[in-house]
Amino acid sequence: MPKEINDDDIQNITENIDELEITAVSTQQSTPLVKTGSNPLRVILDGFMGKVVKAMTIFSLLLLVLIIIGLVLKSIPVLKDNPLSTLLFSSQWSPFKGEFGFLPFILSTVYVTLIAAVIAIPLSLFTAIYLSEYANKRFLKYAAPMLDILGGIPSVIYGIWGVLLIVPFVRDDFSAWLGVDSVSGYSILSGGVVLAVMVFPVVVQIVYEVLKTVPHELREATLSLGATKWETIKKVVIKRASPGIIAACILGFSRAFGETIAVLMVVGNVVQIPKGIFDEGYPIPALIANNYGEMMSIPMYDSALMFAALILLVIVLVFNVYARWVLNRIEKSIK
Amino acid sequence: MKKRKIEELIFNIIMRVSAFIIFGSLIAISATILIKGVPAMNLDMITKTPSGGFFLGKEGGILNAIIGSFYLSVGATIFALMICIPVVIYINVYASENSKIVHYTRLSLDILYGIPSIVFGAFGFVLMLFLGMHVSLLAGMITVGLLIIPIIARTMDEVMRQVPVELKEASYSLGATKWETASKVLLKQALPGLATASLLGLGRAIGDAASVMFTTGFTDNIPHSLQDPAATLPLAIFFQLSSPIAEVRDRAYAAALILTVIIFAISLISRILIKRFSKNTL
Repeated sequence: MPKEINDDDIQNITENIDELEITAVSTQQSTPLVKTGSNPLRVILDGFMGKVVKAMTIFSLLLLVLIIIGLVLKSIPVLKDNPLSTLLFSSQWSPFKGEFGFLPFILSTVYVTLIAAVIAIPLSLFTAIYLSEYANKRFLKYAAPMLDILGGIPSVIYGIWGVLLIVPFVRDDFSAWLGVDSVSGYSILSGGVVLAVMVFPVVVQIVYEVLKTVPHELREATLSLGATKWETIKKVVIKRASPGIIAACILGFSRAFGETIAVLMVVGNVVQIPKGIFDEGYPIPALIANNYGEMMSIPMYDSALMFAALILLVIVLVFNVYARWVLNRIEKSIK
Repeated sequence: MKKRKIEELIFNIIMRVSAFIIFGSLIAISATILIKGVPAMNLDMITKTPSGGFFLGKEGGILNAIIGSFYLSVGATIFALMICIPVVIYINVYASENSKIVHYTRLSLDILYGIPSIVFGAFGFVLMLFLGMHVSLLAGMITVGLLIIPIIARTMDEVMRQVPVELKEASYSLGATKWETASKVLLKQALPGLATASLLGLGRAIGDAASVMFTTGFTDNIPHSLQDPAATLPLAIFFQLSSPIAEVRDRAYAAALILTVIIFAISLISRILIKRFSKNTL
């Protein structure tokens, strides 16, 4: 998109260029021959820095591999003692006896994430559509920074909010509406609600960006055929943007999957397979965070917890690679 | 005809309600922290370290956590910058466009961005054992640094891509080397944007709890060297909130207020920088 060029910009560039001219001229004066080897120091520095920055880039590429290797190496002891199927599908959890069945934790994670998805996806989609199709410029001016701020709030703050507002609400009001008594409020429902609020900004922002990539001509063509605005959105815009919307949701929820402190504070942390939304749960991240203190004193416990981190990593990795692949394709198709 | 109009109206209302809920929740969070935090706030909180019996409701403050968080996040950001700036220079200046390594670096940074901080925490712990380090400020800086590398690097990359190609070409045509172009022209031009990216990383570093649990530990003292364990604000909030004593929980709210104010301030500063930056771009 072409932007206005103002005087400041030109001045800025000319300043930058001026400096260069000075260096270029001065090197010309000292060494009249214009050869690459005419000023070895500059060229050597250039070559050296090229190697340094390349090394750092390769390090950043290797970081992901290093994380996987590190966690796999640490998980090997527990994998040797227990078959993978027991680890993943057993619900026997007694670290002192060396029994590590992760099923309650895996299911708690899945349930909390699902509850968050059910709440957050429709709300975020409608909000993103509203922002991209209906909202006026003035509202957008305030909405964008608010989403940014919402996304930047530390999770421990979301956790406090959950403890102060969501947990009592679930305990006193929501359970009464549904006619359930004697619930503590610390439940997978509370965890899901807090998570939903945490992923709002992520999903809204990405879906908004995706909706903006749908060409205006498409909308105008549909509108000119007499469709209402909502019909245009429903049948054209959303259809066209659906891969990006799915990717946005996946990215949002792979974040929810690994969220630790906020969920830990409201979910109750009882080792069990939750039977209902008012039951306490114990997601994987909470398990790791709660037990890091004693993990070195019980044999195999550290290995089991690192294995738990590995499970999280693998799931998040699969989701992320898929979502990025979809988003990259969209980006390419625009170009 | 009528039905279509009604549908339009219904969905319009649903969208407005959704937007109201989402933006309302932000206001609700800020309001909760303010209402609970302001009455519990006092000067001791930010000027004193915990004295004996602090966690039973006695005197003291959380200066240890404020200083600890400050050291940790600044150290982590500097560590992350030491890797991010070269990476961004490589993929924007040295590497040829559309090369495989550029593509995979961007992809892997995007994926790292999505990895939960607890996984970074666990990896930091593995790394710490491998290097024979103890729970310390340094171990925390490295772990949190790794956590914020993808955030800083990707944001910087976006900024560098917005620098006009003509600038780069003008610099080359004057005989400047790639390094001179990168360090004297591109980095300078993108400086406000780079500062914003660093602030984004800093904000994340201050607020993250899950990655520091394993590696930084917790202490009532102000750390004096990189080898000391350090307290951090999120963990201070977390520990105080789980106390059964009301005064201690009140302090958690005050600490949460401090953390929120810090995060909002960082966000505000980067917003101002973005404004100045967009004035300078073409």
